[in-house]
Amino acid sequence: MSDLKRTGLYDLHVDLGAKMVPFAGYEMPVQYPLGVMKEHLWTRENAGLFDVSHMGQVILRGEGVAAAFEALVPMDVQGVTEGRQRYGLFTNDEGGIRDDLMFANRGDHLFVVVNAACKDADIAYMRENLAGIEVEEISDRALVALQGPKAETAFQKIADVAAMKFMDVATVPSAFGDLWVSRSGYTGEDGFEISVANDQAEAFVRALLADDDVAAIGLGARDSLRLEAGLCLYGSDIDTTTTPVEADLKWAIQKARRVGDRAGGFPGADRILAEFENGAARARVGLLPDGRAPMRAHTMLFADEVGGEPIGEVTSGAFGPSINAPMSMGYVPAELSVEGTVIWGEVRGKRLPAKVTALPFRPSTYKR
Amino acid sequence: MKYTEEHEWLRVEGDLVVVGITEHATEQLGDIVFVELPEEGTEVAKDDEVVVIESVKAASDILAPLDGEIVEVNDVLADNPSLVNDDPLNDGWFFKMKVEDLSVLDEYMDEAAYKAHIG
Repeated sequence: MSDLKRTGLYDLHVDLGAKMVPFAGYEMPVQYPLGVMKEHLWTRENAGLFDVSHMGQVILRGEGVAAAFEALVPMDVQGVTEGRQRYGLFTNDEGGIRDDLMFANRGDHLFVVVNAACKDADIAYMRENLAGIEVEEISDRALVALQGPKAETAFQKIADVAAMKFMDVATVPSAFGDLWVSRSGYTGEDGFEISVANDQAEAFVRALLADDDVAAIGLGARDSLRLEAGLCLYGSDIDTTTTPVEADLKWAIQKARRVGDRAGGFPGADRILAEFENGAARARVGLLPDGRAPMRAHTMLFADEVGGEPIGEVTSGAFGPSINAPMSMGYVPAELSVEGTVIWGEVRGKRLPAKVTALPFRPSTYKR
Repeated sequence: MKYTEEHEWLRVEGDLVVVGITEHATEQLGDIVFVELPEEGTEVAKDDEVVVIESVKAASDILAPLDGEIVEVNDVLADNPSLVNDDPLNDGWFFKMKVEDLSVLDEYMDEAAYKAHIG
């Protein structure tokens, strides 16, 4: 694993007994001794702490940065007020998705968090396409997430964050230096994502873990948590071949980018806005398979139990510890995307029924 | 008790062989969320895929360690697959087989050899 990078919390993971695996070019903890299932349930009941330092943290600075950023994303960037964050997508000329991201209005700059696997490409892309805007990659800060119903109480012992609401962002002073905090996450739970200086990161995380309600959680549980919450994983559920409308991410494209003087003007706008009007040919849906066998990614989907060509494919599938049932997401033709439709997934040569269902699989508990 | 290279354990009970997977196997698999067992009365040949296990990580097949007939399966696992993690050597057993000649078990590892095998 010599080519793999390590986050500033690597030694802590090893110390905690994590099983380290290669992920997006980094050695990351897939699970700790608690195990994936218990880590998942712990996060839903208490508070889970995740190292997400492999993700890209970027500051965009310059005159008119919000308007400039709108040329790359179909989001209303200018409408995001200072201290607020929004979900975003880099689209491509074909209407596909280059990456998904979070961006926040921090007053004199935008703070952007992008996926680990895409960050080098994203940063090069922003530098190429944001004329007059300084694109600064933040490489001296770790990023951790604290998620779950007890996240606020645990974090409040270290920093004053209780007044923040879902998708608020703030710089919060602490004994570990200034923390760049957003009240958001990737689990469907209330919680925070926290950027902390690398040289303070381990001490900060150890202080959080000293709380009996906080446990370190690996990538395995992070994946089942986000899937129960109906959230897309870039590279699996969305990629350069899926459009935002196909991916059921219409909610992420605000009206200001669809009608009026700022409509369009982002890559792939023609296709995306046409699909917005007329619908897309296929749709990302939630699937609840019968029984307990998970329908994993790349399971082929069929309209009928026997015969016919595949109609689509599962893009994420796992067992949902909190719903105590298997769950999948995948793409099906629009006419089969209606809730309650039964389709068939081929698992080990047998077609098993799965019901199209609304996402998320488990209601999210954000603090609005 | 005997062990296969695929991390199954085989225990003789009267004229039957009880089959499960070892603690080492459950540690490698992670939390088990689904177990598909064969029908009782199925005749199997050595290396037939007889059990499917799905863990939080992936699906794995368990092969029949011997020729014989599946005479009993541990139905409890259908609703409670985590028994395999919690108690792999006892309550987490998979199936019982009837074999013609129990001496075929001799080709498998004993505990000391298995321990050496998993290092």
